Amino acid sequence: MLHTLAVGRARYALARSIRNAQSSTARLLSTTNARSEKVEIFINNKPVMAEQGEAVIQACEQAGIDIPRFCYHDRLAVAGNCRMCLVEMERSPKPVASCAIPVTAGLKIHTDTPLVHKAREGVMEFLLANHPLDCPICDQGGECDLQDQSMRYGGDRGRFYEPAGKRAVENKNLGPLVKTEMTRCIQCTRCVRFANEVAGAPELGTTGRGNDMQIGTYVEKVLATEMSGNIIDLCPVGALTSKPYSFTARPWELKKTESIDVMDGIGSNIRVDSRGTEVMRILPRLNEDVNTEWISDKTRFAYDGLKRQRLTAPLIRQGDKFVPATWQEALHAVADRLRTTNPAAMQAVAGGLADAESLVALKDLFNRLGSENLTLDGPRGEEAPVLGVDIRANYVLNTTLAGVEHADAVLLVGTNPRHEGAILNTRLRSAYLYNGLEVALVGPRMDLTYDYNHLGDDMSAIDAVFNKGHPFAQKLAAAKRPMVILGSGVAELPNGEYLYRRVADLVNQHKEKFFQPDWNGFNVFHRTAGRVAAMDIGFVPNGQSTHQQSPSSKFMYLLSADDIEPRSIPKDAFVVYQGHHGDVGAHYADVILPGAAYTEKTSTFVNTEGRTQMTRAAVNPPMSAREDWKVIRALSEVAGIPLPYEDLPTLRGRMHEISPTLTRFDTAEPCFFAQLGIDQLAAKTAGAKAGGKSPIPRVVTDYYLTNPITRASSIMAKCSAVFTKAKTDAEALEVSKQAHA
Amino acid sequence: MDSATGAVLYHQGRCTSQQGLAEPSAFFQQPLKVHHQTAGGSQPFPFASRPFKGVAKGQDRIIRNQPASKFTLKRLGLATEAKTEASRPSSALGSPVLSNRPTSPALSVGGSSPVSSSRFAPSTTGNGLASDSLPASIRRRVHPAASKFDRGVEIRTMLRFSSRSLAVAWTRGGLRSAKPACSITHHTASLATVASDANSSRRYGGLKDQDRIFTNLYGRHDWGLKGAQARGDWYKTKEILLKGDDWIIGEVKASGLRGRGGAGFPSGLKWSFMGKSSPGRPRYLVVNADEGEPGTCKDREIMRHDPHKLVEGCLVAGRAMNANAAYIYVRGEFYNEASNLQAAIDQAYKAGLIGKNACGSGYEFDVYVHRGAGAYICGEETALIESIEGKQGKPRLKPPFPANIGLFGCPTTVANVETIAVAPTICRRGGAWFAGFGRERNSGTKLFCISGHVNRPCTVEEEMSIPLKELIERHCGGVRGGWDNLLAVIPGGASTPLLPKPVCDDVLMDFDGLRDAQSGLGTAAVIVMDKSTDIVAAINRLSYFFRHESCGQCTPCREGTGWLYNMMDRFVRGQGRPQEIDQIWELTKQIEGHTICALGDAAAWPVQGLIRHFRPELERRMTQYHQADSDQPQAVLGSALPAASVS
Repeated sequence: MLHTLAVGRARYALARSIRNAQSSTARLLSTTNARSEKVEIFINNKPVMAEQGEAVIQACEQAGIDIPRFCYHDRLAVAGNCRMCLVEMERSPKPVASCAIPVTAGLKIHTDTPLVHKAREGVMEFLLANHPLDCPICDQGGECDLQDQSMRYGGDRGRFYEPAGKRAVENKNLGPLVKTEMTRCIQCTRCVRFANEVAGAPELGTTGRGNDMQIGTYVEKVLATEMSGNIIDLCPVGALTSKPYSFTARPWELKKTESIDVMDGIGSNIRVDSRGTEVMRILPRLNEDVNTEWISDKTRFAYDGLKRQRLTAPLIRQGDKFVPATWQEALHAVADRLRTTNPAAMQAVAGGLADAESLVALKDLFNRLGSENLTLDGPRGEEAPVLGVDIRANYVLNTTLAGVEHADAVLLVGTNPRHEGAILNTRLRSAYLYNGLEVALVGPRMDLTYDYNHLGDDMSAIDAVFNKGHPFAQKLAAAKRPMVILGSGVAELPNGEYLYRRVADLVNQHKEKFFQPDWNGFNVFHRTAGRVAAMDIGFVPNGQSTHQQSPSSKFMYLLSADDIEPRSIPKDAFVVYQGHHGDVGAHYADVILPGAAYTEKTSTFVNTEGRTQMTRAAVNPPMSAREDWKVIRALSEVAGIPLPYEDLPTLRGRMHEISPTLTRFDTAEPCFFAQLGIDQLAAKTAGAKAGGKSPIPRVVTDYYLTNPITRASSIMAKCSAVFTKAKTDAEALEVSKQAHA
Repeated sequence: MDSATGAVLYHQGRCTSQQGLAEPSAFFQQPLKVHHQTAGGSQPFPFASRPFKGVAKGQDRIIRNQPASKFTLKRLGLATEAKTEASRPSSALGSPVLSNRPTSPALSVGGSSPVSSSRFAPSTTGNGLASDSLPASIRRRVHPAASKFDRGVEIRTMLRFSSRSLAVAWTRGGLRSAKPACSITHHTASLATVASDANSSRRYGGLKDQDRIFTNLYGRHDWGLKGAQARGDWYKTKEILLKGDDWIIGEVKASGLRGRGGAGFPSGLKWSFMGKSSPGRPRYLVVNADEGEPGTCKDREIMRHDPHKLVEGCLVAGRAMNANAAYIYVRGEFYNEASNLQAAIDQAYKAGLIGKNACGSGYEFDVYVHRGAGAYICGEETALIESIEGKQGKPRLKPPFPANIGLFGCPTTVANVETIAVAPTICRRGGAWFAGFGRERNSGTKLFCISGHVNRPCTVEEEMSIPLKELIERHCGGVRGGWDNLLAVIPGGASTPLLPKPVCDDVLMDFDGLRDAQSGLGTAAVIVMDKSTDIVAAINRLSYFFRHESCGQCTPCREGTGWLYNMMDRFVRGQGRPQEIDQIWELTKQIEGHTICALGDAAAWPVQGLIRHFRPELERRMTQYHQADSDQPQAVLGSALPAASVS
């Protein structure tokens, strides 16, 4: 049921625009309307069934009738200002904006009359009157709504020859990501609505009026939001384009590959546009259950990191130098060590970017060698996870991303969803705006784009939710669909068990609300793409390893592990690094095996909801780099214990054996035994103490630099300088200007 | 009250007037006569629009003699027919001015006759309730003993000698009186079009002092609470409130009142859209005092000189729609007006007239003043709502309509100051009284603001359907240089198309009359332009205004107003080609009706009016320009045009 609720594509658009203060919890003086009944309307004398209350433009779209539009976007509030979607409505003397007219029974709409054609042509003429018509030098050329619609609906010649000339508007500096050419702007205000409604960046707005109306920030400042790139997609003309992509390619020369993003645990659906061997840009792909049609800036703009710092050939350390080697040499060097090392002294470390296939292969390889010593990247990665991996409900985002929008109270524990997965934050903001979500936070204070009740910086602050007098405790008690979101950083905290214990207490206290037939309010939010798959596969420490306290491994296999702590690598260990970037992990390596980045391999990732999704290779791995599972398979061959799969289908069969969810693509399998999992957690963490009043540290200190790809990206470096490091708005603006001087 | 009763009323009023005067023709001269007398024999021009200074004196006297408490609403409300008839000291006046009393048939306890309110003469036969309980000061207000030291009279006396139109006024008066003034067969059933009206003997205009609603339009008297009460405001407001919402809306519907803000939507109907209840949500009345239409200066006169009319109107109209509060959105530039209004509201609060238990009726009603920042577009009702909410003043999409989802998401009705301010008087004197003025569907009295090339620009309350020519000549001393010097008139504020002189000769100033003349009554801001006017430049100035005031939301308005202005700017010099006149016409048609609010229409109409009536002038200028610059072809715009675009 929840699923169906979530799927309704943009059913709110019109309803949101209808300001309705009836609900005291509405934050935008608007609420969503419940799904209504179907009624019969007539479009061009053809009877059509449409949902009562939805916009006529949506009904027409469903009936297969194309209505041109600029300002209307089904995920944003209705502005109704471009006037391109005018249609004729019976008993209305004037043409009406189809985006603003709600469907009522018996409505008679005509979309193909001379009046409508004339209205469209007129609007188009006005839009083009002040448009610079600089299509040859405009990045939007070829995918421009204005271009397309003027071809289809516009007149065949212009009449604008005013000596006064066209309007010219100064460009705005919105930061290193969004390039502005404001003279091209047609004032549809999609960007403004997106920034205000979805991104929570109210600084973007309109100033001036009439012909002097401008989009901007009034006081010049950069657009500091992780979602800013989406306004590029939203802009129907070339006013807002991508700065990094500018003048690099035309849409018609790009190969489009539908893939999955790995910059965070969300698994946003993306389209990788490539030309030859180069990824030119990344765009969002519609997936209602995951990212709708937004992606975060890191997802969109980190692609230039795929071209820098790449490991393009196997390297073997000789002294303090890495020497290029052939695959044969490198694999033999590793296999020799594998054969000679005591399995108990071997350790495999899974990083955040490791795909499920390579994790399965590496685990199989180690198990065949007799080692169970599989650990995870990052602090406390060598300890068995407190949450456990036996019950899946204990380590995924059970509510699902789409389900978040139906929550009415949420407790965030040790997480900053804005930086750990910006899409989740937009979902929370949406629930906050339209569903009256009450938010409370345990952890460092930060700007989440919505109001929240800050319970405190340290762990013991979570106790407030058990205090019946506390306002949030009361709200939680009154909530119908409560949620708790545990950040992935809690697992890395020295005394994180205390938070687990209290959360388990909380869930148990309200168990009938946290666990409903269509609702599971217990959530663990992972910030890396590879973590849930590793847990599904069992690529986690089993708690029996001797290496937990004092690292004594003689052989370490780092699979994309770049958050590894140097002290966990023994000096005398032989370190193999497999990955695609010469980043932290590679520095400690004795042998480097070049792998493929997510745009170069067809591999499986499981997002934080437990949704299995597949990346698709858009380009080839650079030079000698190879797909990761193939490297491990080759290594097993060289080591004399060949793994029993030679191609992807067989490997996927093996994955299916381990966990059937790994091959059920694009669905988030609902988890069972959630209550059992909480009980286990409560038992495991019973008696845990808060351990001091020290504040919970920030998990992500720099949103733009979180993994090897982003650290190699110059765009992300600029973003970091402008959005993270700059102390003031003025400084950010200055840095941004210098970066593009 | 149905229209049939109205007809009888009217008929009776006529007959009464005939009884009171020697002959029918004398009836129409009567206002002239009266004023002739009142001005001490030296004033041949009707001063219908101006109350006299003497009234103030009389007021002062009355107020001095009688304790103010006597005039409190409660007392007045409790006054009964029997007890006041005898004690009325000035009943002997018996002058026509007596009908100025706030009579409301429906308010009469006995309800003996609903026809007491006569338009033309005192009703000696009507029920005496209202007049009996009327403060003497009101009755005396228009006592003929007007002072000749009245400054206004002096000014006008001076102006009189420079007015060439006086002769015309006299002539018109004479001509008019030659017609049968009263026809038994013609009642209020006037016809809506100019053509058919020509057959009617009914003439409109010449509103009598006793029928004026705005009796302190010129600020001669105290605008405060005492002065207002002395003029009859806040009189029996409690009874009106207690009559209930249906009754008030019924009266307003019967009055035929149409919105005075420009669109002319029937007010009673509009107020009834609010419905009966909206559980859990407050309801608001929003008064549009953002008087921005160029040429219009009526609401400000109400707010600064008669603010209690508006405050009381808010209460009455608010009661009619069961509103919890009224927000009066005052134009930013109106500092003094907002000050007076706020002072009046404070007085009313203090006197218990509004607030908790308003007027002792048990009804709670608050009135707030909100000052705008001077944007024309904030006069659009939904933009105004946005502005009150603290957002940019940009019109909202409709639906949802404000009556459903308006201010702060609650049911709201937005109405013009004048509309609201006349509501209490309508309730007191009865909808039928109001409906007796003007033609059918255009009933009532109306404030006209005449500016431009007239000898005496003024704001004056007149009967609806008054002929434009009479309006100008009666109240403004005629067109500068005489009627024949008239070039064109913009009849209803900047957004209405202009009317050339031939149309002005006999057009009636009401909604339907001007609509039939392809223009509109708008706010009744009459802008008169004589033959010295550069008509193209004048319309160009309006185009500039609309370009400047467009909010920038809708494409056609945002882009179109600028384009129109650019073209008009060239046309002033004649820089253009005749084909471009067709183009600008098409552009106006592309703007008109394609926008969220009516500003697009407003920008298109003046240009359309110009082309409709002055196309030869445009073409003449173009020819002249091209001839003058024929040896400098590069200066000609057309040379820059590709062949295709001018073919």
